[in-house]
Amino acid sequence: MLLVVEQFLNGLQFGLLLFLLAAGLTLVFGIMDLVNLAHGSLYMMGAYFAATFAAWTGSFLLGALMALGATLVLGIVLEVTALRHLYGRDHLDHVLATFGLILFFNEAVRLIWGPAGLALPLPAWLTVPVPILPGIHYPAYRLAIIAVALLVALLLYLGVMRTRIGMLIRAGASNREMIGALGINIKLLYTLVFGLGAALAGLAGLMQAPILTVQIGMGENILILAFVIIVIGGIGSIRGAFLAAIFVGMIDTLGRAFLPNLLRQVLSGAAASTAAPALSSMLIYLLMAIVLVVRPEGLFPASRR
Amino acid sequence: MKSLSVSKAVTALMLAGLVLLPLYSQLSGNIFILTLFTRVIILALAAASLNLIMGFGGMMSFGHAAYLGIGGYAVGMLAQEGVGSGFIQFPVALAASAIYALVIGALSLRTRGVYFIMITLAFAQMAYYVASGLARYGGDDGLTVYKRSDFSGLIDLSNRTQFYYLCLACLFGVIFLIWRIVNSRFGLVVQGLRSNEQRMQAIGFPAKRYQLVCFVISGTMCGLAGALLANNTDFVSPAVMYWTRSGDLMVMVILGGMGTLFGPVMGAVVFLLLEEFLSQITEYWALIMGPLLLLIVLFGRGGIMGVLGRAGRG
Repeated sequence: MLLVVEQFLNGLQFGLLLFLLAAGLTLVFGIMDLVNLAHGSLYMMGAYFAATFAAWTGSFLLGALMALGATLVLGIVLEVTALRHLYGRDHLDHVLATFGLILFFNEAVRLIWGPAGLALPLPAWLTVPVPILPGIHYPAYRLAIIAVALLVALLLYLGVMRTRIGMLIRAGASNREMIGALGINIKLLYTLVFGLGAALAGLAGLMQAPILTVQIGMGENILILAFVIIVIGGIGSIRGAFLAAIFVGMIDTLGRAFLPNLLRQVLSGAAASTAAPALSSMLIYLLMAIVLVVRPEGLFPASRR
Repeated sequence: MKSLSVSKAVTALMLAGLVLLPLYSQLSGNIFILTLFTRVIILALAAASLNLIMGFGGMMSFGHAAYLGIGGYAVGMLAQEGVGSGFIQFPVALAASAIYALVIGALSLRTRGVYFIMITLAFAQMAYYVASGLARYGGDDGLTVYKRSDFSGLIDLSNRTQFYYLCLACLFGVIFLIWRIVNSRFGLVVQGLRSNEQRMQAIGFPAKRYQLVCFVISGTMCGLAGALLANNTDFVSPAVMYWTRSGDLMVMVILGGMGTLFGPVMGAVVFLLLEEFLSQITEYWALIMGPLLLLIVLFGRGGIMGVLGRAGRG
């Protein structure tokens, strides 16, 4: 029981984190029609910034806030200097150019911070276990991640659905030329959206940083998961990204936690312990394959252009 | 016609260089260059196979490195189990790649555009995790191939020069095959599907079936590259299937010129030599390579072949 609740919450937390990453990716794709492989690099930069700033200031929260600002600025600089010139080009060009950016960022991090990973220690008040149910404790920090991510998701939803900027973003996603023709500064809007996406990726990175080590290449595996999520959810759909992210987070976490035991009931011990890790890593991809076979456009496709 | 002759001259020069390389290596005693170019040729073969679906077929596969791994693991696993004969290893490597391509292709081809890019990527990652889970065959650490494929005296893969020429022959064979495919009725249909799938379907061609066959052919060719690669490095690990490897292959194809016969070879030669050259100058070679890719995308339309073509015209 304890394990089930704990793993369930872990799955939720991981799913929400993935959502932050996938939301930026799907916004950028839906609005600018840009495939950004370097999104994972922004996640990594968020974590590195947070670790650095937190060490400077001696405060986790201050460091996190500064890191958030820094990734926002980095995203805007990246958009203005490089990615802006890729809009309207072939998707393959995007893949290639942003692949080059990944190489650049990984190497730049190695140059600046060195090949060894960093650690981002948590303040004491976030490390205490919190009783959530009678007799069941859960780390405060993971609860904080869930709370922050849910809050951001809510703000994002309200921002996109209820504000003027959000209206422009939605309009831009459904017809780019038209809102340009209506006199909206589309360039500025694009820069803004990209910066927002970058900040979301940075937020995901800096929140994940205390749980895992901050290291080079940390953005790449999770980027692929984010891609899987937006493919499952339907490209350009924030709602789809949210549901798919929770789904993928759950399946991945629960699969890793319970599959080995389940397999052990069917297979011999040795066979199960070798097959289980591979199988649980594969689960998500299997899920994606099934979704694409049934609904090639994803579960919640954004409205057609 | 002059535009053709410039790129043709450069291509001919490059091919002559590849054929004569072992001679130079022997005369100068530079063994390293032969090893380096064996790798270049094998990856050129993989890039050429990717070009068949990407350049001619318009199918942007971002998971092509999976076949390098499958071909490699077929050789490595059989060698581990005591089956050393190349006459068994290579056909198994090709068959395994073909079967994987058939399954992956049948699923992936239901989608198009970015979805296709991502689903091929995801499947390759899946293959990567499967290989990492193969505890019997080294898991994450990879599998050492203690004995190269044995072709019972016909050709000795442990002999550097013989192995080099085997790889070169495979490359030429594959390019010849691609040339025949592209100019056949089948190839024209596949290229027609790249330009306008709806129209081709309206004429009455079963689009998916043609694309799937093309996808399988390409995967099988890349499986051959994988089998050669395992023999070249005497080692195979999940890392050969990692998605950055697929990215490298894509870069080679685009760098050389998509949809041209020798472009991918040119791309592989330039990419790998550049990597080698930059890594000798600085440890942080990717710091230069990354932005270079960005610039190539922004300014070098059509890759090297395209630039050569324009140079000849202008």
